[in-house]
Amino acid sequence: MTSEPLTYVLVGVIGLFGVGLYALLTVRNLIKVIVALQILAKSALLALVAAGYAGGVVQVGQSIAVTLIVADTIVAVVGLALAVQIRRRMGTLDVGELSSLRG
Amino acid sequence: MIQLLLAVAAIGCAVQAVRSGRLLGSALWLAGVSAIVALSFFLMGAPQVAVIELSVGAGLVTVLFVFSIGIAGDEPVETQSIVPRLVGIVLSLAASALAALFVLPVAVARAPTAEPAFSDVLWGGRGLDVLLQLVLIFSGVLGVLSLLTEGEAPAHPSIMVREVPKELAELTELSLEEERR
Repeated sequence: MTSEPLTYVLVGVIGLFGVGLYALLTVRNLIKVIVALQILAKSALLALVAAGYAGGVVQVGQSIAVTLIVADTIVAVVGLALAVQIRRRMGTLDVGELSSLRG
Repeated sequence: MIQLLLAVAAIGCAVQAVRSGRLLGSALWLAGVSAIVALSFFLMGAPQVAVIELSVGAGLVTVLFVFSIGIAGDEPVETQSIVPRLVGIVLSLAASALAALFVLPVAVARAPTAEPAFSDVLWGGRGLDVLLQLVLIFSGVLGVLSLLTEGEAPAHPSIMVREVPKELAELTELSLEEERR
């Protein structure tokens, strides 16, 4: 087994990590923040399966990745429900405006 | 070679998901990232997790995003960020370079070992993880139910204005004009 495909996968992992981190730092819309978190989670997911592939234990990598998929989905669901409630109550999804609000 | 193409496509979709001016576009580009990642899993010999990622990541999560955007409204995304964009680019590039420094030199695949089936590993070896998943799903469902069925919240005025019937709005405008005269 050559290590070339693994290197390419890791390039994808690092690229997704960079894009997700940049988005997390710069976006202001609450739903886009969740999109950024999802991109970061995809990067971690790809890294887990690639680690299993590299170590010759693909099934272990898969089983841990399934746990991450479940956790990631729950984070997205709860985050989106929070965003909908915030939009209903505050009338905005802008993180900058929300942090300057006084109750 | 195909893995390189998939990696480039996934990064391109992620960039478009971040850059897209509309939230709906972001959600669809994110679904594209999920689909490409699932294909990459399949090529790495992990078909079970590829199917789960495709159905949950590209299917369920996208539907949830579209549903939420439908409720919250697809308001135009602002361009000015809180953290200066240059700082964001420098920080993310530095973090990516650091990750590459640690990860890429050890990217050597070993020969696959004889492993039990996926179901045996998941139910036998990772039983605690399965329990954790059940707890997560249960708490997530409870959290969403409590969030979405919470009492009648006072809606924001900007949302209330949208619900006023057209005739009533015209009548109000007419009476305001008469008062001004």
